[in-house]
Amino acid sequence: MNGPMNAAPVAAKKLKVATTSLAGCFGCHMSFLDIDERIIKLLDLIEFDRSPLTDIKHCGPCDLGLIEGGLCNAENVHVLREFRSNCKIIVAVGACAINGGLPAQRNHLDLRDILEEVYQTEAGLSHGGIPNDPELPLPLNQVHPIHEVVKVDYFLPGCPPPADAIWKLLTDLLAGRTPTLGHGLLHYD
Amino acid sequence: MNDTNNSFQLDGEDLPFTPGQTIMQAAKAAGVYIPHLCWHPDFPAHGSCKLCTVKVNGRFGSSCTMEAQAGMTVENRTAELDDKRRTMLQMFFVEGNHFCPSCEKSGDCALQATAYELKMMSPHFDMFYPDRPVDASHPDILLDFNRCIMCSLCVTASREVDGKNVFAMGGRGILGRRIHINSESGRLADTDFALSDRAANICPVGVILKKRKGFAVPIGDRRYDKTPINEQVKEPTA
Repeated sequence: MNGPMNAAPVAAKKLKVATTSLAGCFGCHMSFLDIDERIIKLLDLIEFDRSPLTDIKHCGPCDLGLIEGGLCNAENVHVLREFRSNCKIIVAVGACAINGGLPAQRNHLDLRDILEEVYQTEAGLSHGGIPNDPELPLPLNQVHPIHEVVKVDYFLPGCPPPADAIWKLLTDLLAGRTPTLGHGLLHYD
Repeated sequence: MNDTNNSFQLDGEDLPFTPGQTIMQAAKAAGVYIPHLCWHPDFPAHGSCKLCTVKVNGRFGSSCTMEAQAGMTVENRTAELDDKRRTMLQMFFVEGNHFCPSCEKSGDCALQATAYELKMMSPHFDMFYPDRPVDASHPDILLDFNRCIMCSLCVTASREVDGKNVFAMGGRGILGRRIHINSESGRLADTDFALSDRAANICPVGVILKKRKGFAVPIGDRRYDKTPINEQVKEPTA
């Protein structure tokens, strides 16, 4: 199959991939970069569209959208919807995209109480008041996972998912297989 | 008495049993994994989590409560049953606050390990995010009710083994039902609960936690990090 007669196969069209971090910590993106030199092999197969890695601000038509983080403010919801309407496949990457994760641990508290404590009453702060610049997206009352707002095709758990799990997901998808994770790669922590 | 009188079929394999054993007990003795959460080998079956549901001669039943009978045909790890079990696990995960990355029990947790075994990739349903305050009053034990799955093993262990009756189930409905502490104040510090109690060492999830011990074994080196739960059927249970 890979003999000299077939040394120069026709280059397949590269898959377009977009990534974003919503209410996340960029840890999943860092774990993605932990695939190390495999990223060079990956770049033969994919091309990045909107992503913190390219600084492209809006998503064009894509084959794959990788979403890190849950939804904690209105802008997160807009970005998620932009990804869903442009990407054929959406993957929820990491604990926060899947169940809200650490940011969702504010969910049993009242949003106003949180903001007042952080910006007004807590000792040692400048007490400058709750920020209300019109450019700031409004926080949601609760943090939500992304599957509560759009259809999600695949889920990749972990905090963060190990680089090998991200690699497995990508190579499975690129090969046209349903992604699966065995023991050791499927982790919620 | 020949062998057929003392065996039944589990997923197509002959499984021996001792008369009086439940399907779950016979399977455990043979090292065969039937997913379960509320069942514990040292205590009478509670039959509440329904994760151990199998099909016996074509009908659903809880393997922890059904007695093994010679010649019965039992389905266990079929796609149909594992699909239903995965859905039940998803319900457990959305009903509580199960944030594994910040949980001390991660890697030693039966709920998490069972979800790995059944390849649960997402909670699927909308999250409840219930408000369940913790009880940190006791000097040696933290109770984090966010992770409680109402298996009631602590209730049974405290009553039957420790003779203390520290815990009780109470309340109604998904958000109302919870573990209550048997003291005037409702706080664990005002009971005679102790680290050495059986009940302090039986929680399958991350509710009853020993203070100052949380990360003695690092994440990644824990029981179910190393070996999947279905390969630890004969290992001693906490």
